[in-house]
Amino acid sequence: MTALLPEVPAAPGRHAAEVAFPDRERYRAQVAAYRDAGFELCADLCAVDYLTHPGRWLPEGVTPERFEVVVNLLSLSQKRRVRVRVQVPERDPVVDSVVDVYPGADAMEREAYDLMGIVFTGHPDLTRILMPEDWEGHPLRKDYGVGRVPVQFKEAPGPR
Amino acid sequence: MGLEDLQHNFLTGRVEDLVRWARRHSVWPATFGLACCAIEMMSVGAADYDISRLGMEVFRASPRQADLMIVAGRVSQKMAPVLRQVYDQMMEPKWVISMGVCASTGGMFNNYAIVQGVDQIVPVDVYAPGCPPSPETLLHAILTLHEKIRTGAITRRPAARAAAEQTSGWVPELPDAVRVATPR
Amino acid sequence: MSDDLFVSAAAGKPTAGKPAATGPAGKPGAPGPAPGAPDPAAGIRTAARVAETSEGAQELLVRPATPPGELRRELGAVLRLPEGGVLDPGDIDVERRDDETMIINMGPQHPSTHGVLRLMLELDGETVLRTKPVIGYLHTGMEKTGEELTYVQGTTNVTRMDYLSPLNNELVFCLATEALLDIELPPRAVWIRMLMSELQRVSSHLMWMATNGMDLGSTSMMIYGFREREMVLSFFEKATGLRMNNNYIRPGGVAADLPDGWEDDVEVICETVLARTYEYDELLTGQPIFRERTEGIGNLTAEEALALSATGPILRSTGVPWDLRRTMPYLAYDQVDFDVIVGTYGDNFDRYSVRLNEIRESIRIIRQVAERMPPGDYRVQDRKVTPPPRARIDESMEALIHHFKVFTEGFRVPEGEVYVAIESPRGELGCELVSDGTSKPYRMHIRGPSFVNLQTVPLLLRGGLIADAVAVVSSVDPVMGEVDR
Repeated sequence: MTALLPEVPAAPGRHAAEVAFPDRERYRAQVAAYRDAGFELCADLCAVDYLTHPGRWLPEGVTPERFEVVVNLLSLSQKRRVRVRVQVPERDPVVDSVVDVYPGADAMEREAYDLMGIVFTGHPDLTRILMPEDWEGHPLRKDYGVGRVPVQFKEAPGPR
Repeated sequence: MGLEDLQHNFLTGRVEDLVRWARRHSVWPATFGLACCAIEMMSVGAADYDISRLGMEVFRASPRQADLMIVAGRVSQKMAPVLRQVYDQMMEPKWVISMGVCASTGGMFNNYAIVQGVDQIVPVDVYAPGCPPSPETLLHAILTLHEKIRTGAITRRPAARAAAEQTSGWVPELPDAVRVATPR
Repeated sequence: MSDDLFVSAAAGKPTAGKPAATGPAGKPGAPGPAPGAPDPAAGIRTAARVAETSEGAQELLVRPATPPGELRRELGAVLRLPEGGVLDPGDIDVERRDDETMIINMGPQHPSTHGVLRLMLELDGETVLRTKPVIGYLHTGMEKTGEELTYVQGTTNVTRMDYLSPLNNELVFCLATEALLDIELPPRAVWIRMLMSELQRVSSHLMWMATNGMDLGSTSMMIYGFREREMVLSFFEKATGLRMNNNYIRPGGVAADLPDGWEDDVEVICETVLARTYEYDELLTGQPIFRERTEGIGNLTAEEALALSATGPILRSTGVPWDLRRTMPYLAYDQVDFDVIVGTYGDNFDRYSVRLNEIRESIRIIRQVAERMPPGDYRVQDRKVTPPPRARIDESMEALIHHFKVFTEGFRVPEGEVYVAIESPRGELGCELVSDGTSKPYRMHIRGPSFVNLQTVPLLLRGGLIADAVAVVSSVDPVMGEVDR
């Protein structure tokens, strides 16, 4: 608990020692503080779109926004995990990059940008990583369709 | 006839049959592994299933030396232009096996990222079902393709007639020989 | 700042010399624009590059035309070392004889890239100066599809990610679901899962041995690796019905009990594969050509591996004894005896020996599991989660309803979110699962170890020979299905 910055809400988590909920201004500082506290490895970084599930539980003092960037950090020496969840508003989906703290977050941030449209300021090369370069939209957003093509059966009866 | 002087046995046949026979027995596949099916395709090439029984063990890295493209796995929107380019680089005559349901129809991935059937990009000769098809299924597809080569036209792809000529219920004959003296 | 350089290059005036020496590149620890300020050049840069090349930013540009930030990232210079320094993009130039460099494209259709990986390489003669992996050619949208499927159907989706170890994918998804459901598994289910997971590790590593041998020109290794793998696969076929993509591990347990006589099958596999690993020793480990081609190639230090979030055999080959089975045990790994294999130098040879010895350790675990397999249920008897036995359906209306509900509607999972990680053959395989209380995952994200491990490739190839590129990529063992998902 020592690595938590002052005034950052936190809660105990499943399979994680604690979950920190910093705001966008203190997000990068919080991640850096965890790094200095011995969390050597950035295990995962992903974004969640809470467009159709707004009423999730959050601790006191955290305003729910549409997007959330979730970072999972791992300490090899202490054998424990922490999670950092930062709220990112829909109108301005921008958050600081942590690539200079954890270089391994590079591809993960590019993936979050590609599929969810979160812009990470300070990322050296924020480009699409999985989708083609000229793709429009960010597929994992909830308002982006699945792209399902209706299945046609040759023997199917005609329209009723 | 002018053949009286020949000292050896000889076979007669049509040139077409000879060409088909030759083509059928050395269909060299291009290495075009995409996803899970590629692993099963490699299993077919390995000891237990041994695709070299069919003269096909030479997986060519260059599409220009290959006759057959086994599309093994799901084709994404990003991969589709590459696939078409590889197909265009292959020399005629060329054949395509669509291996697995993802390549054939998109399979369970009916979404934004996957091309719903590789036949939207390249003409497919044989579809192999399964997710992934077992090596036996792929061997069956290959034998089906052999049969298609044996009975098809040799000069150009019978694109329009392909559907009508689909053989059904045939039994692969193994091993086979060139048919000599085709009855007229 | 960065756009000056780019504009000048795009206008047809390539900047002479090393761009790394100009602009903000000299300042360590501050890659790109200052944090907090959006990069004004990003939009322009992307648009200009799209016009310039067919695939825009997914092309490797010539050195003078590459923005400094991106150049540093490609060179691995964003990597901060523990003592506070950064790698200097310029130091690679020591080996350069002239300014003539060549950019070549490898893949995505290349026999040695293990799928559809595409590498852009900048070469000086035969020396690799920088590398840019371009991925996404197998992007399947599985995370989106996973939101459309119920938790019962979800295993069919995730199992197709890492197609060399499908059971591990199912396992991590099921563990995450069960963590949200908060249910306790019967011991037999746990041990069956462990048995299958370890067999899968054996088959996956055998497959890696086969392809690695093929990439290094040892075709016999490929034949042998597949031969042994077939044994494991035929056992899977017996137990699960399928060779790959088994959909065997399901939320609440496993799909079916082990087949009769499984102990004998497993013992035959253990005995044969263990004996064969010593044949591989003779074939590869002691062979001078193989050692020449692997020792000292693709070196990685522990600090670099940790900074780049590499896990699995790559991290262990650098000497870090981090194996989730030992350090953060899941299932019942704390009750079996096995060793964590570590390397010393973090080169190709260490990665090879780590994997080869992990096969032996897995066989040790499998033997213990086979010996101590507890009796009992192979899935929880909670009818809301798992279907009733087939025989009950004919006689009980309630069982029929439960069966119908489980397979049509699925079960509801309490609201919450969880991140669960297991040790797959390639490293930490994580599943981030968010539930909104319905029967479908609200968000399902998989942390693919190959996706993260692939970031080490530019660093491993840096300064090496182009002939070793294939060997290095092979030793990282990327499975593109998991990289692109």
